[in-house]
Amino acid sequence: MVYSDLIRERFRHPRYQGSLERPDAAFEDVNPLCGDRIRIECRIADGRLADARHRGDSCAICVASADVLLERAIGEPLDLASRLTTGDLLERLEADVRASRIRCVTLPLSVLQGALNGKEVAR
Amino acid sequence: MSSVGEGCRADFPILQRVVNGSRLDYLDSAASSQKPRQVIEAVSGYYERSHANVHRSIHTLGEEATELYEGGRDAVRAFVGARFREEIIFTRGTTEAINLVAQCVGRTLQSGDEIIVTEMEHHSNLIPWQMVCRDRGAILKAVPVIGEGFLDMEAFGRLLSPRTRLVAVAHVSNVLGTINPVSELVRRSHEAGALVLLDGAQGAPHLALDLAAMGADFYAFSGHKMLGPTGIGVLYGRREVLEQLEPAWGGGEMIKEVWIDHAQWNDLPWRFEPGTPPIAGVVGLRAAVEYLGKLGMERVAAHERDLTGRCLDTLQRIPGVTVYGPRNPEIKGAVVAFNVEGIHPHDGAALLDERGIAVRAGHHCAQPLMKRLGIAGTLRASFSVYNTPAEVERLAEAVKGLRDAL
Repeated sequence: MVYSDLIRERFRHPRYQGSLERPDAAFEDVNPLCGDRIRIECRIADGRLADARHRGDSCAICVASADVLLERAIGEPLDLASRLTTGDLLERLEADVRASRIRCVTLPLSVLQGALNGKEVAR
Repeated sequence: MSSVGEGCRADFPILQRVVNGSRLDYLDSAASSQKPRQVIEAVSGYYERSHANVHRSIHTLGEEATELYEGGRDAVRAFVGARFREEIIFTRGTTEAINLVAQCVGRTLQSGDEIIVTEMEHHSNLIPWQMVCRDRGAILKAVPVIGEGFLDMEAFGRLLSPRTRLVAVAHVSNVLGTINPVSELVRRSHEAGALVLLDGAQGAPHLALDLAAMGADFYAFSGHKMLGPTGIGVLYGRREVLEQLEPAWGGGEMIKEVWIDHAQWNDLPWRFEPGTPPIAGVVGLRAAVEYLGKLGMERVAAHERDLTGRCLDTLQRIPGVTVYGPRNPEIKGAVVAFNVEGIHPHDGAALLDERGIAVRAGHHCAQPLMKRLGIAGTLRASFSVYNTPAEVERLAEAVKGLRDAL
């Protein structure tokens, strides 16, 4: 099953979906495969990811991945938050994600890294 | 093989497959169709008995291969209703065919010249034009999509100008299914002095073609969407137009005589076919058009219209389902794009796959159209000769359950 109970739960009831007022960093990107778009906004304090939210138009796997990513990253020092891996997410998602959907898992990861590295949003 | 639908399914070995514990309902033929045994055996038979390089091999196998290859050209000419065999150029597919024209015509563009495309184009009939316009300082314009998914023909009239050099339009939209008014597009473009290229990737597999009567200067299509192999496509070009064009690419076979600093081009169609061509692909494509020809393209089109109509009817009645494109199957190709409220297309496709139903999901290589529709993507069911009403019913049943499945 592609859709673990955890993915279904986080898709229906994401805990970190939304936006931040005047975020310190933000980035968004698309998955060229499917056109999914996700945006992550971050608040940074004392060298740590103090808070973050994700939003966008994306599939259940991508929403769940963004949600567990932020859950894991918030509160961590920036260098650790930007070094989380696909493996960390797959473990937390408790899912056997096929190769054709792995970008759904990794998009939030690269978007968070983009935000923390101060990337500009492409238009 | 006797008839469309249930009557020909036994010809397609892959349809016997079980996927995720269910019988396969293959509803993704607009992306790539399955192959009948006749095509598979033609290709393997060619490799087992007759393979050699074509045209310059003076031995038995070389002559057989050449006969098969050039015979394939004659079969395709007849299938699409072209006047002359030299109007049929073999390519790797629709994309390469369009790029070939973009290269050749692009070379003749001047700064300020204009190319017209439409908002419903597949990327393969958009990006090549973006690239040549950028290279030549030409201007790219797009006909808007209005209503249920029709071209705004009034706007088209306003976009046409003495600067318009080429109009590139899909014959049938791969998302909306819209069958565009190609005769009118050709007539008005020619009146303005512009060439017309039709992207026939979704036309040739599903509609009876009479390209000579249609009058387009170029018509591009792929073998793999019409029961043939991958890696083989066709560029039809009107002979008078092809004769005026310099070849896109150089190599062997496209020349008559070569000196160290120049060369004389070969005749049509070989001028546009450098290198060893996809011989096995042509052998398979020939078997595919012969197969379709025996079924009869009028019957194929009627069968697919029937399935499209059934699919539209049943999906539209399901709460939360939005269908895109014309609602009238009489003016629609064999595709039905739709969304289910609250379900991302990729999730929908994955959940349908768990029941053995193969559909396409995503932007269908038509991102500008998705932007126009204000969506990231859709699900898309598409039909070919081997699909049946029972498959449409199973799709509808599964779609009903999608919102509870996630």
